[in-house]
Amino acid sequence: MTDVSDPGDGLFDRLASLLDDEVPCALATVVEGRGAGAKLLVRRTSGDDMEVHGTLGDADLDRVVARDALGELSLGRSGVRHYGEHGEAREEAVSVFVESFAAPPRMLVFGAVDFTAALVRVAKVLGYHVTVCDAREVFATRQRFPLADEVVVDWPDRLLAEVGPELRRRDAVCVLTHDVKFDVPAIVGALATSVGYIGVMGSRRTHDDRLARLREAGVDDEGLARLRSPIGLDIGARTPEETAISIVSEIIALRTGRSTRALSATDGPIHD
Amino acid sequence: MREILGDLQRWRRQGRRVALARVVDLEGSGPRLPGAAMAVAEDGEVAGSVSGGCVEGAVVTEALDVLATGDRRMVTFGYSDDEAFAVGLTCGGTIHLFLEPLDW
Repeated sequence: MTDVSDPGDGLFDRLASLLDDEVPCALATVVEGRGAGAKLLVRRTSGDDMEVHGTLGDADLDRVVARDALGELSLGRSGVRHYGEHGEAREEAVSVFVESFAAPPRMLVFGAVDFTAALVRVAKVLGYHVTVCDAREVFATRQRFPLADEVVVDWPDRLLAEVGPELRRRDAVCVLTHDVKFDVPAIVGALATSVGYIGVMGSRRTHDDRLARLREAGVDDEGLARLRSPIGLDIGARTPEETAISIVSEIIALRTGRSTRALSATDGPIHD
Repeated sequence: MREILGDLQRWRRQGRRVALARVVDLEGSGPRLPGAAMAVAEDGEVAGSVSGGCVEGAVVTEALDVLATGDRRMVTFGYSDDEAFAVGLTCGGTIHLFLEPLDW
């Protein structure tokens, strides 16, 4: 654990610079007890090493909170934790709010089509780090997708071989290619990852044809069951923008496990 | 706090004093999760939100008081509050906010 700054000195600027660079970090703030307002900014550097800035006013408390904050960060969780004045567990002298700034969720969009441009815009509103990938360089251009974080000219399976191991449940893969040449390798590659959402665009007929090709490519029932195909919720979307809304709505509903019915037609709490 | 980072940076560059209010805890149903943040500049300009619009007015008042006194504080809004009628959450939940000057 390296302490590389004076207490509280320029902590906000340091935090802002980490967030601008999309570096995952956690900010711990004493909200009740001695030293309210004192702060600790922590991030993992490599392996078990961490970089810590600031202090909560006690070296033992700093050590315990820094460790706990990294744990909360890895879960993407923010909340209040209670400690003794020297970091003792099961005491409540000091309340510390740990705010996690996890890396944004990722969305990979395969196929550089008009629907892609609309989906990129909506995904950016929701805070995704968005990568557009298409093997055709005339379509996969920065000009067409100015809001995308990355535009990659490559085959889907090659991009997935590279970034696939980093994908988690909160991430999404959207296959909008409409072309079996691209979408079969994209789907097979996505199924090999832990990504939470795999949506595939296409009409019902395309869908049936694609299922047959995926089976030929060795995809089993369990794999097919992971696919959201045809992509999106049935809200009657027609335009690229409406379709983008139907796709991200499905992503949200899959993550939360909520029904996709109108709240006016259901009972129970609106927020879990 | 991430959503209002740009506003916070700009206000600081302009030399304006700023109070920061963050949701730190939530009981029952509430629209915004811990980490939701709202900032109030000394001239009353506001960025971000901590609820669905139910308590933001009261937060501005508290935030300006934080700037005037320099006192950091926890503030609770919810139906359990005496002032629930004035500034309760319509969803029936309770939120705990931490307010502080952005002087760090």
